[in-house]
Amino acid sequence: MSKRVALSGNEAAAHAIRQINPDVIAAFPITPSTPIPMNVSQFIADGKMTTEFVTVESEHSAISACVGASASGGRVMTATSANGLALMFEILYIASGMRLPIVAPVVARALSGPLNIHGDFSDVYGVRESGWVELFCQDSQEFYDTIIQGVRIAETESVLTPVMPIADGFDISHTVENWYMEDDEAVKEFIGEYHPKFSLLDTKHPVTFGAWAPPDWYYENRRNQLEGLLSAYEATKKIDQEFGEKFGRSYGVIEKYRSDDAELIVVGMGAVSGTIKDAVDQMRENGVSAGFVRVKLFRPFPYKDVIDALKGAKAIGVFDRCISAGAQTAALCTDVRSAMYGNSTVPIINYTYGLGGRDTTVEHVKEVIEQLKDAAEGKTVSPVNYINLRA
Amino acid sequence: MSGKNDFIIPGCDKNGNLLGWRSIEIGGMVTEAGNSRTYETGSWRNEQPVWNADTCIDCMMCWLGCPDTAIITKEGHMAGIDYFKCKGCGICVEQCPTDPKSLTMLPEEEAKDLSLEEKIKTAFNKE
Repeated sequence: MSKRVALSGNEAAAHAIRQINPDVIAAFPITPSTPIPMNVSQFIADGKMTTEFVTVESEHSAISACVGASASGGRVMTATSANGLALMFEILYIASGMRLPIVAPVVARALSGPLNIHGDFSDVYGVRESGWVELFCQDSQEFYDTIIQGVRIAETESVLTPVMPIADGFDISHTVENWYMEDDEAVKEFIGEYHPKFSLLDTKHPVTFGAWAPPDWYYENRRNQLEGLLSAYEATKKIDQEFGEKFGRSYGVIEKYRSDDAELIVVGMGAVSGTIKDAVDQMRENGVSAGFVRVKLFRPFPYKDVIDALKGAKAIGVFDRCISAGAQTAALCTDVRSAMYGNSTVPIINYTYGLGGRDTTVEHVKEVIEQLKDAAEGKTVSPVNYINLRA
Repeated sequence: MSGKNDFIIPGCDKNGNLLGWRSIEIGGMVTEAGNSRTYETGSWRNEQPVWNADTCIDCMMCWLGCPDTAIITKEGHMAGIDYFKCKGCGICVEQCPTDPKSLTMLPEEEAKDLSLEEKIKTAFNKE
């Protein structure tokens, strides 16, 4: 039987890790994800886990230790945020390039400078080309569920690619919510045992990990690697469905909220989703045909589902909790525009929001939907807008 | 060892063509132990060492110094250069203690069309 608990998003992640009980964790503390390794350390000290916790001197070392442990055939996890993820950057590519199914929950936070420790997608957007699966969660329950699902997705033989479940810093990580924790045994049964395809410790089948690939090999390897990442699309759908059958909760690769018949559709990811849903409800009460599409699987980008969800819209507003410096629009909007190319000619407008923990309220989203109405009626609307920014 | 055609080169089909992206192992994984012997590093060099057996004292300093596996040995004795492996670094020549040296470097351009016998003649000014 699952039990209802009132704990923060970080504690939800820590409990998921406790139940997964990976062979190795290597992690370094950084706000706002610090309570994840902190709670895991406590669980280990209390004898509730058998995981080998490797204390390291930096995030670069944390993910490097994870790469070594994963190549040795272990089930391996870490957790980080912001500048910690940035310090991992080099090794993230090595983990995905070596096809190591590491699961690393990331509590998304602004990158310095100026120094800021609050919620923001600058870190997780910054690593979107690294070949990791990126799954954006909207609350503690989903963060917990996605970390458990992530183990299965990463270890799927056709995928064998590291997975990053993502939660907004503070908005989710430090907010206490009611959520359901499943039985330890049920989680253990769901994730099953890990049987690595290759292992450095398998001396009967010696292999070389991380060999060099000159110009006549690198290109083929990168294209081959992409196939693993793209396979995560089907794997995520299938595993999420199995999870739903077992535990009664599933999310899909996108979530459609009152969007099927909507003319004005907001697209977004993460913790802001609850605010957007409230705004959509209020606009619907006022007779405005508003809807919301939440992208859960950001990499690989589920463009077919996005096209299908947005093809009936008369105006689309895309929320990005990050500035993609120098690009015409930020990353999610660019992806949505790219998906809709040839499928729609309606305005697709970018809304930057929430940088460095800035509040985004229901009123702000309602203003956006009003603006989408203007755009749908042919009025000129700026293609890029900044919500709740002082002029 | 040596000789380009003595083995099937990993990552190639039976005709020696490099495999396409669909056919290769994931993650750049190398699944054949010790396959670096099949990788030709001899194409990297600008100069190549030539060995003069007449003055060689079989001290094996060249074998010790070689950063690759390019010094061929036979029953514990110096037996020649593996040009498939030799990168042309010249350490063997530097290490050779005999006077005159029993190994000397010949520019690749000069050596490429010569037989081993002709190389030795050219390198050591033999009649």
